[in-house]
Order: sequence, then C-alpha cells, then structure tokens
Amino acid sequence: MEQKKKSTSGRMKKLLRGDGLTYFAVTAAFLVMTLLNQNGMLKRSVAGLLVPICCYMSLAVSLNLTVGILGELSLGHAGFMCVGAFSAVVVSGYFSELVPNPAFRLAAAMIAGAVCAAVIGVLVGMPVLKLHGDYLAIVTLAFGQIIKEVVGCLFVGYDSKGMHMVLNLRGGKTLEDLHLQEGGTAIIKGAQGAVGTETIATFTAGFVLVILTLVVVLNLMHSRHGRAIMALRDNLVAAESVGINTTRYKLKAFVLSAALAGAAGALYGLNYSSLQSAKFDFNTSILILVFVVLGGLGNIRGSLISAAALTVLPELLREFDQYWKLVYALVLIAVMLASNNQHVKSTVDRLRSRFRLKKEAA
Amino acid sequence: MEFLAYLISGISLGSVYAIIALGYTMVYGIAKMLNFAHGDVIMVGGYISFCAMQSLGFSAFPSVLLAMLVCTMLGVVIEALAYKPLRSAAPLAVLITAIGVSNLLQNAAMLIWKAAPRVYTPVVSGSMQLFDGKLKVSYISLLTIAACLVIMAALMLFTGKTRIGKAMRACAEDRGAAELMGINVNATVSLTFAIGSGLAAIAGVLLCSFSGTLMPTTGSMPGIKAFTAAVFGGIGSIPGAFLGGLLLGVIESLAQAYITSTMANSIVFCVLIAVLLVRPAGLLGKYVPEKV
Amino acid sequence: MKKFAAMLTAFTMALGLTACGSGNAAGADNAFHLGTIGPLTGQNAIYGEAVANGAKVAVEEINAMGGVQFVLESKDDAADPETSVNAYHNLLDNGMQVLVSPTTTACAIEVSTHVYEDRVFMLTPSASAPDVTAGKDNVFQVCFTDPNLGLGAADYMAEHMPEAKIGVLYRSDDAYSQGVRDTFMTQAKKNNLNVLYEGSFTEDTSTNFEVQLTSARAAGVDLMFIPIYFQPASVVLNQAKAMGYAPTFFGVDGLDGLLTMENFDVSVAEGVMLMTPFAANAGDERTENFVKKYKEEFGSVPNQFAADAYDAVYIVKEALEKAGCTPDQTHQELCEALLKTMPELKVDGLTGKGLTWKANGEVSKDPLAVEIRSGEYVPVA
Repeated sequence: MEQKKKSTSGRMKKLLRGDGLTYFAVTAAFLVMTLLNQNGMLKRSVAGLLVPICCYMSLAVSLNLTVGILGELSLGHAGFMCVGAFSAVVVSGYFSELVPNPAFRLAAAMIAGAVCAAVIGVLVGMPVLKLHGDYLAIVTLAFGQIIKEVVGCLFVGYDSKGMHMVLNLRGGKTLEDLHLQEGGTAIIKGAQGAVGTETIATFTAGFVLVILTLVVVLNLMHSRHGRAIMALRDNLVAAESVGINTTRYKLKAFVLSAALAGAAGALYGLNYSSLQSAKFDFNTSILILVFVVLGGLGNIRGSLISAAALTVLPELLREFDQYWKLVYALVLIAVMLASNNQHVKSTVDRLRSRFRLKKEAA
Repeated sequence: MEFLAYLISGISLGSVYAIIALGYTMVYGIAKMLNFAHGDVIMVGGYISFCAMQSLGFSAFPSVLLAMLVCTMLGVVIEALAYKPLRSAAPLAVLITAIGVSNLLQNAAMLIWKAAPRVYTPVVSGSMQLFDGKLKVSYISLLTIAACLVIMAALMLFTGKTRIGKAMRACAEDRGAAELMGINVNATVSLTFAIGSGLAAIAGVLLCSFSGTLMPTTGSMPGIKAFTAAVFGGIGSIPGAFLGGLLLGVIESLAQAYITSTMANSIVFCVLIAVLLVRPAGLLGKYVPEKV
Repeated sequence: MKKFAAMLTAFTMALGLTACGSGNAAGADNAFHLGTIGPLTGQNAIYGEAVANGAKVAVEEINAMGGVQFVLESKDDAADPETSVNAYHNLLDNGMQVLVSPTTTACAIEVSTHVYEDRVFMLTPSASAPDVTAGKDNVFQVCFTDPNLGLGAADYMAEHMPEAKIGVLYRSDDAYSQGVRDTFMTQAKKNNLNVLYEGSFTEDTSTNFEVQLTSARAAGVDLMFIPIYFQPASVVLNQAKAMGYAPTFFGVDGLDGLLTMENFDVSVAEGVMLMTPFAANAGDERTENFVKKYKEEFGSVPNQFAADAYDAVYIVKEALEKAGCTPDQTHQELCEALLKTMPELKVDGLTGKGLTWKANGEVSKDPLAVEIRSGEYVPVA
C-alpha cells in the first residue's frame, strides 16, 4: 500500500517538476523583461518584439496540440489566427465608447477572438477530421486559404445605427455599400484590412495569454482526455477498439487548438494599427509549424523556446542586409539536420546520462 | 463560344499544374516525402533556360536541355545534402527541411538574378485558329498538354516495365522489404529525385512560357497549387496527378469566368474539400485500409 | 535537441540585450541620419530596392555638394507590417532622425502610428493610401494618393474619351489597386462613364488573365483601365496580344517600369496610356543626370519609385535647411521643426514642379498623362 502511494506521488512530483519549471521560467522571463522595459533598459527593437513573441509562443503551443499531441498535420493554423485577429478588432472597435478601459476591452476582444475561432474550428473540424494524413493536411491548407480570402472580402463598420457588415464576394462592392451614417467608422475595409485600430495589446496580456495556454494544454495532456487524444495519435485502431470516441476527442483537440490560436491572433491583431488578411497565408502557417517541429512534437517547453528564438533571430540577422533570409534558411536547415543527426543525438544522450549518474551518486 | 474559350484557357492552365504535379507525385510516391522545394527547382529551371536563351543565345531546345541538366544536378545535390541524412527521421522533419531548402533557393535566386521580374519569351509562339479565328488556342498550351501526355506515358512505362522502375515501385510499397531483396534504396531514391528535378525543369520552361513572366517567387504559388492537384488526384498516382491538375485549372478558369474572380481560389479549394470528403483518397487514389 | 534550442535562445537573447539603450541618440557625427524601410526581399523587392537606391543616389549627390550631410540606412521589411515595425525600431536604435519610408502602403500605415507617437518626421516616397497621413501631423507623402489617381483617371477619360466602352481589371487583394479602383468607379459613375466590365484577380491567380480578357472582349470593351503594377500588366499585355484583343489600356503610376522590364517587347505596349509623375526619358537635365547615375551604380533604368525616393531626400534637405536644423538635435526636435516647415515649402523635383504640401500631409501634384509610342512616353494633353 505504501509502495503504491510513493510511486504515485513520485510520478506526480516529476510531472509537477517538469511543468513547474516551465511556468517558473515563463514568469521569471516576464518579470525580468518588464523590469528592464520599465527602466528603459531594453532596446526598442527588443521591446517591440515582446508582444509578438507572446503571440507566437501561444500559437506554437496551440499548434503543437494538433500536430504533436493529436498527431495530425495542420497547414491552415493561420486561418484561426486570422479569424481571432479580425473579430478582436471588430469587438474592440465597436465597444471603444461603451468600454473605455483598454484592459477590459482587450480581454473581451481576446475572448471574442477565441470564441469565433472555436466556432470556425468546429465548422472546419467536422469535415476535416474524417480524413487522414496528407489528405487532412491539404484540407486544412485549403480551409486556411478560404478563410483568408473570405476575411479579405469583409467590409465592417459601425455607426449610430449599429454594426454594418458586407461581404464583397463578387468584387463589385466598395466601402460605400456599407451605407454608414455620418460619424460612422469603418473598421475593416476589404483588402485594405483593418486600419486605424487602437493598439491596446500589452505585454502583460501576452504573459497572461501564454500562461493560460500553458495551463490549458499542460493540464489537458495530463488528464484522461489528454491520454485519450494521445492514444489516438499513437494507434488509432487500437484506441477505437478500446472504446475511445475518436470523433469527439479529435474534435475536442482541434477546436481547443483553434480557440487558443484565435486568442493569440486577437492579441496580435490589437498590437498593430494596420492588419491585412493577406498576412495570414500559407507562409504564416508554415512559420508556426516550423516553431513546433523545431521545438519537438509534443514538447511544450520546446515550442515556447523555438517560437521566441525564431522570432528574435530575423532581427538579429539584420546585420546581413539582404542576405539575411538566406542565412535564416541555412540556419533552419542546419538545425534540422543537427537535431536529427544520430551522432548529435547520441552525444546529448551520453551527456545527459552522465549528468544523471552524477546526480544519483551525490 | 466564350465557354469554349474559358474551357481551353482552363485546360492550358491545368496542364501546367499537371506537369508540376507529376513531379510532386512521383517523389512522394517513392520517397514518401512532400518536396516543398519542387516549385523552386522549377523556378531555377526557368531562370537557367532564360539565361541560356538571352545571354548565351541558345535556341529553345538546347536551353531546355541545359535547364534539365542543371536542375537534375541540383536535385541530386539537395537530396544528398538535405534529405538523405533525414531518411530515418520523422516525416515532419523532412518537410521542414524542404521548406528551408525552398527558402534557400528563392533567396539565392534573388541574390543571383536580382528581384526584377523578367519577361520570358515563350519557347513557341503563335496560336492555332479555330472557328474562323474566333477561338485561339496557343501553341504553348498544345505543347504543354502534349508534353504532359508524353511524360505521363513515359513515366508509366518506366515504372511498369523497366527493372529500375520496378525497383522504384518496390521502394514505394515497402522500403524494408525492398532493401532485403537487394535493391539499393539510396540509389533508387536519388534517381527519383533526379528524374523529378529534370521534370521540374521542363515544367519551369512551360510555366514561364505560359505566364510570360519570371521572378524568384514564380515557382511558389504554382508549387502549392500543383501539390493540391496531386493530392486531389490521389497522391502517388501518376494519372491522378494529370487529372487533378487539369481539373484544378478548369475549375479555376470557370470559377473566375462565371462566379467570381476575387474568390476563384477559394472555390477551387471548396471543390477540393467536397471531393475529398466523398473520395478520401483523392480521385484516383487507392484507399488503403489500415491493417492491424 | 532541447539543450541546443535552449542554448540558441540564450545566445540570441544575450546578443539582443547587449548595447541596451533607449535609442534616442542624436547625430553625433555631424550628419543627419536618414532611414529607409522597404521590401528588399520577397515578391515586392523591386520596389523596395528602387526606393533604397534612389535615396542612395540623392544622398551621395547631396553629400558631395557640401552643406547638409546625410547618413543613410536601409532596412528590409519584406512588405510585411510586422517586420516593418521591427525595422523601424531597429533604425531608431541605430540613431535614425528622419524616416524616408516605408515603401508599401500597409507597412506605412502601421509605422505611421508609431511615428506619430514617437514624434519622428516621416516622409514616404511611395505609400499612397490616404490612411497613411490621416490624423497624423508629422507624416507627409511625395506620391499622389490613390483616390487622387482614380479621380484623375476618371476625369481624364470623361474629358477625352467620354464614349469609350470601359472595362476595369484590378487586383482585389492589394490595397493600392483596390483603392484606385474604388475612387475610379465612384467618379466614373458621377461622370456618366460607360463601364461595361469589371474583372479582378488576386495574388494567387496573377499569372493568367485569359478569362478576364475574354470576358472583357465579349462585353465589347475597348478601353481597359488597369490600376495594377507593371509586372502583372506585362502579362496582361502579352496575353491580350496573343489573343488578338487590342483595347486601349489605361493605367496609373504602378505601370511605370513596364518599358524597362528585361526582354519586354515594347511594341506590345504601343498605345498604352498611363498617369505617372516620372518619365525616365524626359529631356530635362536633372532627370538625365539621375538616370545616368542610377544606371551606373545599379545597372538598370530607374522607375518612379526611385524618382520619388530621390525627391524625398531632396525635400528633406530643403526642409532641414529652411528650418535651420542641426544634426545634434533629437528626432523629436527635428520632427517639430520640419512639420511646421513643410506647408511652407515649395520644391521642384523629378516627379513634379512646384510641389507643395497641405497640413494633412498630402502633396499637391498633378499626375501627368502619357501615352507609350515607340517605347517612349509621350505626354498627352
């Protein structure tokens, strides 16, 4: 009896230690950065990257939920980001007079972004999750492109009469078709996107977003639901035969991933006064996928680190002028080759086991 | 009458997608990897042939041969340096590396040939008149369709009848067993990439002749569309890539003409999704049930 | 692997935090620090390069003249607003005092909000949407605004070709193209112009216009308005020729650069009309000088982006001279001085004579309508 208790608490301890370290590291980084920023000790370029890094960290973790934990390749993640961003912009714009406090508005906008993205996640997930492998990947890519184009046709504005929305599907409509009254404001103008958005995003909100994402995903991983989802990844047929409802759990993971991406997109959208749907294309989806793969599939901490590192890297490479993208590509290939190289892997393992032996001997 | 014109336009566009899709599907079927750098090898083929025709003054045919030679070598080098070391790694790792290679090629091209777009003279010019000149079918379109059919037939003969082709099919089906049977898997995969890249060069020449423009980013969007076409037709299936490409082009054309030109891309993707829901393995793909 | 990633992060973070400073340094080396931001990589690299190069030619000329001295730094933004803001911060960290950028509209709108808060004077050579200057007192433009172009085109057509059967082909996911088309359509309606066909394309479908051209022909269009850039325009012209369809094509300033595309058959562009502020083959000495210097240094003929950037640098120089500024002032001080001086300024540039500015940042410049004949721009009324 005692033995069993010990092993359970030992396992819990290990889990908590792993997760605890992640939370601690994130909080510590946030505090350090805020301190430096408040004392004016951060370079502008670094200070300007704080919010985007939080967004990309959250996006990477949410994509890791689909790709690493559920095990399905999704190439349309930017679509959820897009939905989150634009719904947040609309909500923030519409409530700018009713809710003057920017923090409350930001929170409301982020929740709105998450909810809208979740709804789209359900709509997309239902057909998508019936497929497998590369076919699923292609369909997610297709949905990502469709979302981008549809949002690019949106005209949204509000005036004293309320909110007006027009979908410019055939290309014939202009801003005039919104029929805004005098004193009305256009929030989204089709391909020109959202212009003049009030940038209410803050680093604190970014920190809260990252912590929330971590709480949701890490707890999911360690729960019964998480284990079911991972079972789906490891062996679908076996999981089904054990009685796990594949559709329900697949959808759950997918929608959750979409909602988190929507919240991250909301923060992103409210960090820039000018936002176009063309930004959320295939290349952005791939960018987030690179963060996830580089950090390790299923490795949440790795996603955080690679998202931060790869967002900062291009800025550091500015030294190279127009060669920077070339260097970036070379670095990416080199890291992928190195991390999958047998020699490197065995060296790391050897060092790790040596470290562990030392610890146990002490 | 317009409908015929739109249809022919769609078939021309589709045949360009089909040629690119053939390369994608071949590499995927045998090496089991999505070579996202394929579109950029196409772009390199376009640039090499452009330089051959402009600076070196070659005529069309030698330019194409030169482009094929350079692209084949490029493909083999990329495979040896970037993909071979990852043969035993997770498929996603290779995908990301392919994306890195794609970026590398695009930016190297930008540095070598500069970003200014160039006008690409089609390798054949002029068009065929039908119905008293009311309908024009350009010779480039006819050439592309012909090239597509020839390549498709050649590939099917190659994989069906020759020893090396059979070895390729064996690798595609079960790599472990193929190795046990004495097939040199490494050489086979390298050869697949070589052939795929050679095809990419041809695709590059035809794509640039069709669209008349050449930039470092020329290969990127057609690459994605051709990938979609390959999956649409059933990835791994050569006739499927051909069919998928043609259908994609036709749907895009007709959607642009009759429904909306702003959302033509989305309509194509909607059709793709609808078809995949009905036939989960693509149009001509084989649905392989999972064996426990 | 994790260790590797962790080490990589630590390294990058450490590098990033070094040389911490608030980045408010004034030009200590007796020269004003200018910054340009534009796409130097990616699909729009030609425009960013043109702006950076044009500015460079101007800076070299001005420095050679003695008097006001400039130091120029050019950063890449790949036409992405997020990267543009990062580039802007980077420039500020390096001591930039005046911003002659960004090149593309979306990036300019984004950076302009930061510029307004940070009080940095911004003069954009090429970002043409009215939202760039709206509500910001320290942002000015060298190029004409999109609505201005659309209006100008519609008015020109109403005056010179009122009976024409008009078709429009624009890029629906590009702010510039959509902006011009919107005002054109509104003004065309007011002028009772006969618009029979409207077609569009997106970036993803920009290689094939046969469908749109066929539809336009079927509708009987004989005047195609194409508010697009020169690269897709070259495809449109070539494909129209292959189809045997020959309407008059009418474009705006984005078409500039068409004739100097490598391997472009200029006979295809015969009869194309456009509204442009700059003609590389204009006979005046200043233009010839500029074109010659640009060709020597960069190996190609400059387009209107380069000319706008060249003018922008000269405008900044004249404004600085008129306001009596010195390089040791901070960017805030320079900003306040310059924004007061701009409305009083009148500059002769490559892209227009007697340029003046309204307080809201817009330039009063009349677009010049030209027609391409035998590969040259010929002004028409």
